[in-house]
Amino acid sequence: MSADNAHDGVTHHAPGDHAPEHGHGDHDEHGPASGMMRWITTTNHKDIGSLYLWFSLIMFFIGGAMALVIRAELFQPGIQIVDPMFFNSMTTMHALVMIFGVVMPAFVGLANWMIPMMIGAPDMALPRLNNWSFWIMPFAFAILLSTLFMDSGGPAGGWTLYPPLSLQMGDSFAFVIFAIHFMGISSVMGSINIVATIFNMRAPGVTFMKMPMFVWTWLITAYLLIATIPVLAGAVTMLLTDRYFGTSFFSAAGGGDPVMFQHIFWFFGHPEVYILILPAFGIISSIIPTFARKPLFGYDSMVYATASIAFLSFIVWAHHMFTTGMPLAGSLFFMMSTMLISVPTGVKVFNWVATMWRGAMTFETPMLFAIGFVIMFTIGGLSGLMLAITPADIQYHDTYFVVAHFHYVLVPGAIYSIMAATYYWLPKWTGNMYDETLGKWHFWISTVFVNVLFFPMHFVGLAGMNRRIPDYSLQFADWNMVASIGAFGFGFSQLLFVWIVIKCVRGGKKATAEVWEGARGLEWTVPSPAPYHTFETAPDITKHMVR
Amino acid sequence: MSAPSHRGIVARTLLVTVAMFGFGYAMVPLYNIICDITGLNGKTGRVTVAEVGSPAVAATDAVDAAPREVIVEFVASVNNGAGWKFEPTESRMTVTPGELYQTSYRAENLSNATAVGQATPSVSPFAAARYFNKTECFCFTRQVFEPRGARDMPVVFVIDKDLPINVDRVTLSYTFFNSPDQQT
Repeated sequence: MSADNAHDGVTHHAPGDHAPEHGHGDHDEHGPASGMMRWITTTNHKDIGSLYLWFSLIMFFIGGAMALVIRAELFQPGIQIVDPMFFNSMTTMHALVMIFGVVMPAFVGLANWMIPMMIGAPDMALPRLNNWSFWIMPFAFAILLSTLFMDSGGPAGGWTLYPPLSLQMGDSFAFVIFAIHFMGISSVMGSINIVATIFNMRAPGVTFMKMPMFVWTWLITAYLLIATIPVLAGAVTMLLTDRYFGTSFFSAAGGGDPVMFQHIFWFFGHPEVYILILPAFGIISSIIPTFARKPLFGYDSMVYATASIAFLSFIVWAHHMFTTGMPLAGSLFFMMSTMLISVPTGVKVFNWVATMWRGAMTFETPMLFAIGFVIMFTIGGLSGLMLAITPADIQYHDTYFVVAHFHYVLVPGAIYSIMAATYYWLPKWTGNMYDETLGKWHFWISTVFVNVLFFPMHFVGLAGMNRRIPDYSLQFADWNMVASIGAFGFGFSQLLFVWIVIKCVRGGKKATAEVWEGARGLEWTVPSPAPYHTFETAPDITKHMVR
Repeated sequence: MSAPSHRGIVARTLLVTVAMFGFGYAMVPLYNIICDITGLNGKTGRVTVAEVGSPAVAATDAVDAAPREVIVEFVASVNNGAGWKFEPTESRMTVTPGELYQTSYRAENLSNATAVGQATPSVSPFAAARYFNKTECFCFTRQVFEPRGARDMPVVFVIDKDLPINVDRVTLSYTFFNSPDQQT
């Protein structure tokens, strides 16, 4: 490695450029191989990050197409377009694809790209495992999506797979279970890798309390994944043995209990919803300080709030089950503990607002998505607080109010954070600035339509419209039509996002190393685009702000 | 920069993974224990005749106490609806807590093939479930029926004297299933 650039730990090898001076047989300093094999055999964290992100983007459109089938059918009351069984498999598959195929891989992709660069590490701790983590995913989703073409149709009992209904599924059942197992194995391997990277690979001087919030939130998320994905694996294995091997975990006929499945499932399922949002908190905590040109307000409290949310997520699961007939003490406990989560979450929202307070704010596209996140995630959080109240929840349970709630936290929440992150780091990944005008159009069109899509669901939900049913009473017709218009508007406006990304990959105004005036962190000390290998020599963190 | 060893952290996280997979399964007995202790989900208690004493002894014990009467209702249903006729021989009884009573359910195989069924019980309100003790029950055991065969299946039960005072009506519900080993 040449001495002139060792001070910032950066090697300036362009991709595909062999370093001529080294002759010690060390292959680490090669650029990427060419052709398809580059992507199949890669162990480079940036390549794998890109693979995850592209995979996520493709799945986003597959899951989005399913959502549009749902909204097309719900455009008018009555059964018009698809038969009810297919409608049900659309709701089920839409959820599985969006959760396991879009939001989780996108966050893992961002973690792969950014965590080593943020902590001054040359790569992930376990690069070969990293390759496996990704390449399991396309196979898992090929299996899952193939069930739609089977005679028995895809899974149609809801993504929660509640027995006894899920046990009455056709022969695609075993394929769904194995697909979930594969996704789980991928997630756990990815998480182990992230934990090992953060524990062992930090550059000298990058202490835990100096790590950027994105690294912190991912460390905690990785632990949530390691602790809960195996519980899901256990639950679906029990379903599998109930179905094919004569056990009776959930079959009342053999002395089992279907409600027990809900307890095991939601013991996984509730931490899972924080798996889907904690990395988003980390992204927003990176972006807002950059465009407010102020350090993050209350960093320590952000760390503790994240840890508190993670802890609380393990003791609130039964709030998904208030209508199963819990005793009063149970209802009270799960109601109170659920409401308690709004305290650390509120700490975060107030800290973001305080970071912006009197900041020299500018409103580039990442900042617009970040502010949109803060506002609309809070709307979803408030409806969640309403659902936490047991007597109210018994009224709202399984209505479109619930659908409105979790879509507000997942679409203008998690998905917006991923888009914000993409705009924020795209110049670092590609070396080119994206088209700012188009980016702003993308934000405003998306934001208008996402509210047209999801806000009316509050109204029809409170009025009693059930979720997961292809037909509805006439009185819900108007707002459903509005929501469907919003859905098609939101869906098609995402094509603009794809165009902006492709345009930026192909060229554009050259980005500087810093990209953003107010950006802090080690990832902004390397050139844009980030070289194939970064920080092969640990950076001197006394010269740069880590966060 | 020498590559740090990741063996320790990988071993620890893998251990957590395996342990949590086991915990998923451990939730099954834990769940049943909690339901048995609290009577949640209508899981009934189970005692032997020796613990209760003979019906005569129980009756003498009850002399001192103010006579308390509880209505027990019997409900039957067939899972998935088809293939069986299943109903209680009497729909309700008035009982005194602490005494043994016997009743029965009648099941009939409506098909022209030998069939195996089994029943699961549930008691509501849940608060009463753990005071409802069955000394004899046909639940959870395979019942083989000849084609068109019918049979009375007895239930012997005693309601604990500690039954909360605000409960004056208890419903015992049986659901009759085709046995899992012959489901396709």
